[in-house]
Amino acid sequence: MIQAVYVHVPFCEQICHYCDFNKFYYQYQPVDEYLQCCDQEMKRVTSLYPPEEIRSIYVGGGTPTALKSTELDKLLSSIAHHFPKRASDIEYTVEINPGNVGVEELKQLKQRGVNRLSIGAQTFNEQLLKKIGRDHAPGDVERTIKAARKVGFNNISIDLMYALPGQTLEGFRDTLAEAFRLDVDHVSSYALKIEAKTVFYQRWKQGVLPLPSEETEAEMFQVLIEEMEKNGYSQYEISNFAKRGYESVHNLTYWNNEGYYGVGAGAHSYMGGVRRENLGPLPKYMTSIKEGELPIREEHHVSKREMMEEEMFMGLRKKAGVSKSMFREKYDIELRKVFADALDYLTEKGFIKETDEAVSLTEEGIYFGNDVFEQFLLGEE
Amino acid sequence: MNNKERLQRQEKIRNFSIIAHIDHGKSTLADRILEHTSALTQREMQDQMLDAMDLERERGITIKLNAVQLTYTAKDGEEYIFHLIDTPGHVDFTYEVSRSLAACEGALLIVDAAQGVEAQTLANVYLALDNDLEIIPVVNKIDLPSAEPDRVLQEVEDVIGLPKETAIPASAKNNIGIEDILEAVVDQVPPPPGDPQAPLQAMIFDSLYDPYRGVIVYFRVVEGGIRPGDKIRMMATEKDFEVQELGVFTPNPEARDELTVGDVGFLTASIKNVGDSRVGDTITHANRPAPEMLPGYKRMNPMVFCGLYPVDTNNYTGLREALEKLELNDSSLQYEPETSQALGFGFRCGFLGLLHMEIIQERIEREFNIELITTAPSVIYSVHLSEGETIYIDNPASMPEQQKISSVEEPFVRAEIMVPNDFVGPVMELCQKKRGVYSDMQYLDDKRVTIVYEIPLAEIVYDFFDTLKSSTKGYASFDYEMIGYRESSLVKMDILLNGDRIDALSVIVHRDSAYYRGKAIVEKLKELIPRQQFEVPVQASIGQKIIARSTIKAMRKNVLSKCYGGDVSRKRKLLEKQKEGKQRMKSVGNVEVPQEAFMSVLSMDEDN
Repeated sequence: MIQAVYVHVPFCEQICHYCDFNKFYYQYQPVDEYLQCCDQEMKRVTSLYPPEEIRSIYVGGGTPTALKSTELDKLLSSIAHHFPKRASDIEYTVEINPGNVGVEELKQLKQRGVNRLSIGAQTFNEQLLKKIGRDHAPGDVERTIKAARKVGFNNISIDLMYALPGQTLEGFRDTLAEAFRLDVDHVSSYALKIEAKTVFYQRWKQGVLPLPSEETEAEMFQVLIEEMEKNGYSQYEISNFAKRGYESVHNLTYWNNEGYYGVGAGAHSYMGGVRRENLGPLPKYMTSIKEGELPIREEHHVSKREMMEEEMFMGLRKKAGVSKSMFREKYDIELRKVFADALDYLTEKGFIKETDEAVSLTEEGIYFGNDVFEQFLLGEE
Repeated sequence: MNNKERLQRQEKIRNFSIIAHIDHGKSTLADRILEHTSALTQREMQDQMLDAMDLERERGITIKLNAVQLTYTAKDGEEYIFHLIDTPGHVDFTYEVSRSLAACEGALLIVDAAQGVEAQTLANVYLALDNDLEIIPVVNKIDLPSAEPDRVLQEVEDVIGLPKETAIPASAKNNIGIEDILEAVVDQVPPPPGDPQAPLQAMIFDSLYDPYRGVIVYFRVVEGGIRPGDKIRMMATEKDFEVQELGVFTPNPEARDELTVGDVGFLTASIKNVGDSRVGDTITHANRPAPEMLPGYKRMNPMVFCGLYPVDTNNYTGLREALEKLELNDSSLQYEPETSQALGFGFRCGFLGLLHMEIIQERIEREFNIELITTAPSVIYSVHLSEGETIYIDNPASMPEQQKISSVEEPFVRAEIMVPNDFVGPVMELCQKKRGVYSDMQYLDDKRVTIVYEIPLAEIVYDFFDTLKSSTKGYASFDYEMIGYRESSLVKMDILLNGDRIDALSVIVHRDSAYYRGKAIVEKLKELIPRQQFEVPVQASIGQKIIARSTIKAMRKNVLSKCYGGDVSRKRKLLEKQKEGKQRMKSVGNVEVPQEAFMSVLSMDEDN
């Protein structure tokens, strides 16, 4: 049963120094043609996997708001057309870039049913924003939020990054304080990770990227967790914090190991037990669509063993952890029976706690999530 | 065949091998000779036919010897039988080289027309002269732009004492001079002496274990003859067998019903262990034994030792089986079980030299799929205890406490380094650093020098050769021989991780350099050992005294935060990679230590 939809808009008006997602500089791109292809893709996947009642839609990027309003409208109407059945409490998110979204555009989103905005604020330090290659100013975030509230958006999330080059612990505290002042409903906060094929990677390789030490990064993470809890945001997932009732339905789809459509160049999907990655480069993606195919770069039929592994290493990201009764129901076997060694080892290390109902990370375990997750890879059968 | 025919045939046999420095073109020349003699077609001809094992081909060196029977129709119209016996080209295998040379009457000495005579080549020339072989110099690669045949020929005359007129100019790669070489073999290499009716004496120059047929023995008949079904006796090991298969390589194995004087071939006889067919041993008939063995047999003793431990302790049995199998094929490999507090169960292994050690390690990892932790190589120390007893130590960890020792002796080698005179400075500097004692220096000509140092074997077992190569732009060549034990001021240095002494990291060092080495080692370990979930002090100590210290800070955070837009496969890959990385580490106490750390104690770059 697939109840989540991800749509990828791979265009940006500027390219951030840290970003390794599938994205292209907006100018001179065949945007109309691309949107048409997305429409075709939706038509094709929904005929293969007829949609149920949709509980979440997420339009991400790239920068969806790099599209002109007519273009954006076209995309949203395609989505509406191909995914008509929607739950009454559907979460419909669009990623927006502070600074380039006006009131008219916000109204348009609202009319199309969008009820959640995810704003790429990243940091409220002006110098840092420049350093990471963003072209908005700190004040743009506040303006955008105010405008959105006025239009009627009552579920607003921001992204914040930490461990940025030159960022200090104090600086990060200031950024957090600003987020609280703006009274957003949800915060996703990620440590910078240097990925290949980015400006930062080049600089890092040359040894000219002054990254904070691992100690500082860990301290920032700690401050993040403490400040969030203090200000009424619960860490419902390692990197995600929400006021009560504002946990992201869409992201929980991933962590609950449930299916999702993934539409657009480079998008990922999980449909009928098959994980797929779409072709990334636009010409390839579009050619494939025009030839009547699914634009697949890679697909993998997930075995039961892998599914159980994923259940754990995705599920443990959530504060609630992995429910044993759910696991039993889904896989017809006791969780402990499959993962006894990992559970015992990690409990002894103090990284997880196990109750009759669930397995979840301890406070310490959160810092060493990867060491925990790794234990749930069973290896070849 | 009657005896007269045997003697006539014997007259037409020529047994020879090729002596060359690595890279001077031995394998290529062997290939050309095969092409010019046997019926091998180009298609059958895999480049560098004689190097059988992958590993050899990769390293460009010959480990296992091989022997091929070829027929050559000479310019005089007669058909000759050639036996080309291949020799390994590395100093670790000197004894094996000497035995394969002993199976010949002649040798082709390949000298690179650009690089001239090298130390190793010279060592093998001396071996050939020891065995009284007819030496035919071949100056190879004469078509290279950098070739200096005149200089090289003069060198051959000056250094080796072979008249330069006899040298044959050639290019094996481009097929120049091959006929001349083959004719020279016919004319200059004497036919094998010996009486086909005498009691059998056949010399083993190699053996190989085959899982289906048992040991395949490579031998040369010196006196008498041998047939399938014969009851044979190995004279050194005094074991009897019955010959099953008998044959020659052409280069494919072909059965023969008789091998007689001068023949070089193989036999199988349900021999279960290569230890029963030792290189240099003499095969004779059990019911009509020869009065004595052929001269030159000696049992090879390992000089370099290290501990081999499976990364995954479950592989201990697998490792033992691997060593058992390798031993079947390699009688100079020694091993015995050893237990390390740090590494668990493993084996102390003895090797002829460093290359031998590396080859064995690589074969275990590659052919048997067992990941290994190798401790730093050690030599055998002779330790005189205060109580008067002398013990021999091949593992630094088992060195007794300082106060119980009255003195320690270590093996020294005489190292002969041949180098263009521009590099005399760096070479001497290196030798001094390695505690070398200057012994001699000779100018071969106005450009090349032989420098002789007496150096502790322990100093050359690790990176001496690599450092020598890099500090001489690859020009230096190097050979060494053992010259016995000498007293040295040596101490055992222990390494402590998180307060625990790690026996596998103990190392024996010279007292004068202990502080310096201790500091270098702890810094290196700090670099190599990844952060753990707690702080790990790294210390070096002599006895109870800590002489150096560093600290590996605790890991604080290891969690992927990014969402990757539903890209679960990517998350999985990251985790798999992390897991794989950890599996290559060894948990020592509760510290995860990567494999290379165990070797690092010797790999200190002394310039740092």
